[in-house]
Amino acid sequence: MNAHQVYVIGAGIHPFGRHAGVTGADMAVVATRAALTDAGLGWDKVEVAVGGSNTGKPDALVARLGLTGVAFTGVRNGCATGGVALATAANALRAGQGEVAAVIGFDKHERGAFAADPASYGLDAWYGTTGLMVTTQYFAMRTRRYLHEHGVPDLTLAQIAARASRGGAANPNAWRRRALTTEEVLAAPMVSDPLTNLMFCQPDEGAVALILARGARAFDLCEAPVRLASVAVRTRGPGSFEVFSPWLAPHRSGSPTRAAAQDALRQAGITVADVQVAQVQDTDCGSELIHLAETGLCRDGEQTALLTDGATEATGRLPVNTDGGCLANGEPIGASGLRQVHEVVRQLQVRAAGTAVRGDPRIGFTHVYGAPGVSACTVLMRPDR
Amino acid sequence: MSRPLAPELFASLDPLALAGSRCTACATVQFPAARQCAHCAAEDPAPITLPAQGRIWTWTIQRFEPKAPYLAPADGFLPYAVGYVDLGEVLVESLLQCSDGEPAIGAEVHLVRATAPGGHFTYAFAR
Ligand SMILES: [Zn+2]
Repeated sequence: MNAHQVYVIGAGIHPFGRHAGVTGADMAVVATRAALTDAGLGWDKVEVAVGGSNTGKPDALVARLGLTGVAFTGVRNGCATGGVALATAANALRAGQGEVAAVIGFDKHERGAFAADPASYGLDAWYGTTGLMVTTQYFAMRTRRYLHEHGVPDLTLAQIAARASRGGAANPNAWRRRALTTEEVLAAPMVSDPLTNLMFCQPDEGAVALILARGARAFDLCEAPVRLASVAVRTRGPGSFEVFSPWLAPHRSGSPTRAAAQDALRQAGITVADVQVAQVQDTDCGSELIHLAETGLCRDGEQTALLTDGATEATGRLPVNTDGGCLANGEPIGASGLRQVHEVVRQLQVRAAGTAVRGDPRIGFTHVYGAPGVSACTVLMRPDR
Repeated sequence: MSRPLAPELFASLDPLALAGSRCTACATVQFPAARQCAHCAAEDPAPITLPAQGRIWTWTIQRFEPKAPYLAPADGFLPYAVGYVDLGEVLVESLLQCSDGEPAIGAEVHLVRATAPGGHFTYAFAR
């Protein structure tokens, strides 16, 4: 342990789903108080705060948590918001801006797929009016190409949805709590071929908060701190296949996920083979399929064997999205990346709300991805002492 | 006579051709034509006319009516095919017209006019 290392010392969640009459800020307050209680601290001890939301104004939460004058940064990076918020808070602690930080993510979305404004992505109006600016279309086209290039059958996509649903069924904080069969998933109405509506997550509502502490303070406050060994954020390179692209370069390269994952592993001083529990962004089954390979957790095309052998089950040798992922929890996008970290921290502390992974896991990994090509990855480690 | 929804997308209307640009520094080809290269940020890429023939690189079918800013046809929404068409130096995202069934990766397609909102036309690739 050294004075610049950052640890997660508290974690709190407001269950994901639909909560009529509860605002995004209400959920953020519930999650933050739960995280503070977990850390045994009051809000007055928080020296740095970072909040992420795409539907609310995070710094306004001080009126509900206490007007302590805390430095509070708001971030908004689409689905990667939680990862960027965590990186921002960790960097502030490493820079000596304080010893204790709160990271809060929340959102409350309307039903149905997200709509986007072309101008905010640097695109002209024709792109939206003619029906090309739809995120589900992008996920489907990317999945179609991946299945074609690597010989992956549609059944693998259905196995991903079924496994996620088993994780959700065991997790009391999940929105979707029913275990699905692959037959059900394949027979569901097609949204954008080859993805059926049970292969997509849905926007919903929820909040997650983490309390971070630096150096010895973490061990003074918490019996089982989890070290944030690294957190890396990257944007896309020139040959990356990203959402809302009227054109692509003919050769693929430069995936932000590949870059962020490699950087997070390098900073943490581990290889991907050391990872014992993982979260990868699964806004749809194709995204999990692709992100498993882009993070290095498996080789291209190897996913079919991993899913068929049960390797990615919570009780398998490479547990993935053990809390049900986005597929079972839905996606309040500001909270989603922090839900991943919350789940991995709880697994490393052997107190997950749902199914516990096998053995005695010490090293976890998370990956979140947002439009138009932002990825954030973390490595989390249980310290020896 | 019908007019293009976004005239800047076309290098020519007869014969129909799409307008792209090629970076004079790194040769990256973009569509629509750009004022700045998305790869190396060099300014003033050269205007080029894109090929009117290509092959489907990937595809899907949009089966629900998208939210705004999408404008459905006056006679109501119908599912439509979209994809990326490999034109050699660039892959262009496009509506797809495959009257003989589903699109397929590798299928040869050519540039055509497609109905667009407000009585205008846009581009598509047809099999
Ligand atoms: Zn260039």
